[in-house]
Amino acid sequence: MHAIEFCDVSKKFHGSAQNAVDHVSFAAEEGEFITILGSSGCGKTTLLKLVNRLYEPDAGSILLFGEDIADADVTNLRRRIGYVIQQIGLFPHMTVAANIAVVPELLHWEKERISARTDELLTLVGLPPEEYRSRYPGQLSGGQQQRIGLARALAADPKLMLLDEPFGAVDPITRAKLQEELLQIHGGLGKTFLFVTHDIEEAFRLGNRVIIMNAGKILQFDTPEQIIKHPADEFVVSMMRSVQEKERFWRELL
Amino acid sequence: MFAEMAGYFQNNMDDFLRAIATHAAISALALFLAAAIGIPAGILCVRHRGVQRWVVPLFQALRILPSLAVLFLLIPVLGTGLLPALVALVLLAVPSILLNTVAGLLQTPEFMLETAAACGMTRGQIWRSVWLPMALPMILTGIKNAVTEIIASATLAAKIGAGGLGEIIFTGLGLYRFDLLLAGGLTVALLSLLAAGSVSLLGRLLMRYKYV
Ligand SMILES: Nc1ncnc2c1ncn2[C@@H]1O[C@H](COP(=O)(O)OP(=O)(O)O)[C@@H](O)[C@H]1O
Ligand SMILES: [Mg+2]
Repeated sequence: MHAIEFCDVSKKFHGSAQNAVDHVSFAAEEGEFITILGSSGCGKTTLLKLVNRLYEPDAGSILLFGEDIADADVTNLRRRIGYVIQQIGLFPHMTVAANIAVVPELLHWEKERISARTDELLTLVGLPPEEYRSRYPGQLSGGQQQRIGLARALAADPKLMLLDEPFGAVDPITRAKLQEELLQIHGGLGKTFLFVTHDIEEAFRLGNRVIIMNAGKILQFDTPEQIIKHPADEFVVSMMRSVQEKERFWRELL
Repeated sequence: MFAEMAGYFQNNMDDFLRAIATHAAISALALFLAAAIGIPAGILCVRHRGVQRWVVPLFQALRILPSLAVLFLLIPVLGTGLLPALVALVLLAVPSILLNTVAGLLQTPEFMLETAAACGMTRGQIWRSVWLPMALPMILTGIKNAVTEIIASATLAAKIGAGGLGEIIFTGLGLYRFDLLLAGGLTVALLSLLAAGSVSLLGRLLMRYKYV
């Protein structure tokens, strides 16, 4: 059984000529870290939002651990899936602890369990609980806010995490640190991650397998090594070339 | 002058206090009704774009109508006394509450609502836990504008027999009693400041996150 499986999924927006997600099929196993790479507008966000049913597909089906998500109760489904976005979307009127507790509260966890879980997660994302739990999002830096966004998504221990360019708005140094921490968190938890990015280095660094998308379609889905060795088509080749050019630029400079 | 005022207060303290009580009661009732109409109507507008298209311009127009005009236009319909005054005050106050509710709700970014949904909140939970709280600062601003407008306009309501501090002011005008004018006017101003201050205080209590 796959952790997640797309079976010929298409999604077209009202008034648009082509499919934003176009006949997409792939499967990922439990514990994988899948990155989805593609330029802006190629349908990455749409693909991710199909998984937690913020969008409904026009055709095809999506299975989570063998279960068709179309048959699931939508709020229950979402409470079992972690979701992190670039804009972070922390609730400004709630404390850090309350933000992290959102899903556990929806699931009616007991008070002690929630506060223990909140502290555990704050520690996991590297923010001392005593110092941060009663702060408001407005009192945090961008990187800290994204850590809380991650903690909130992890709170109810979902088996699947959806991350939509979560580090897109943080500075490069913080970004590298967050990437490292995310890898550690993933390694320790055995969860399946779907991580969207338009940054090729980020995609190849984080993913054990990478999905390369263009114009709503999957061009290639493979390990970073295989993609580098056997790029599927001209688009992937040109993407690799852009990385090499960037590297040459730095080598000459340094 | 001040001696006169002191004299007035000595002899008419009961009337004066009754006028304050009436004024405050009319204003509070009008504010309550305006909020009870304006906030749900604003929510309705945001939920149904069709409603919004004609309700919002209507209330924008209503907002620029002078309060005195509204008051007198109602006399042929409702006669004089407390009821038409109350209706006029509510009509005056609803626009700022409704329009601010709409603006506050619309300025909440789409991704916040989407995030709330993605956490597994139901529609009702999104409204209660995210959308309304995030619009609250704007709604409270609308309430604050409304309450000062109501208290000022309630003065005019005395003209159609609703009582309140306006009575003292208009008596003062009629009798050239400057002390009455001053006592009434200052009290209205004070009441207005007090009400606006209370709303601000309420805002600080409800929205601690804005003041940390
Ligand atoms: N809510 C929407 N309504 C209409 N078109 C949309 C909507 N969201 C995305 N699109 C369109 O679908 C395509 C894919 O968008 P998106 O999935 O956001 O791309 P990405 O995340 O890769 O940048 C784009 O052409 C975009 O304009
Ligand atoms: Mg996107």
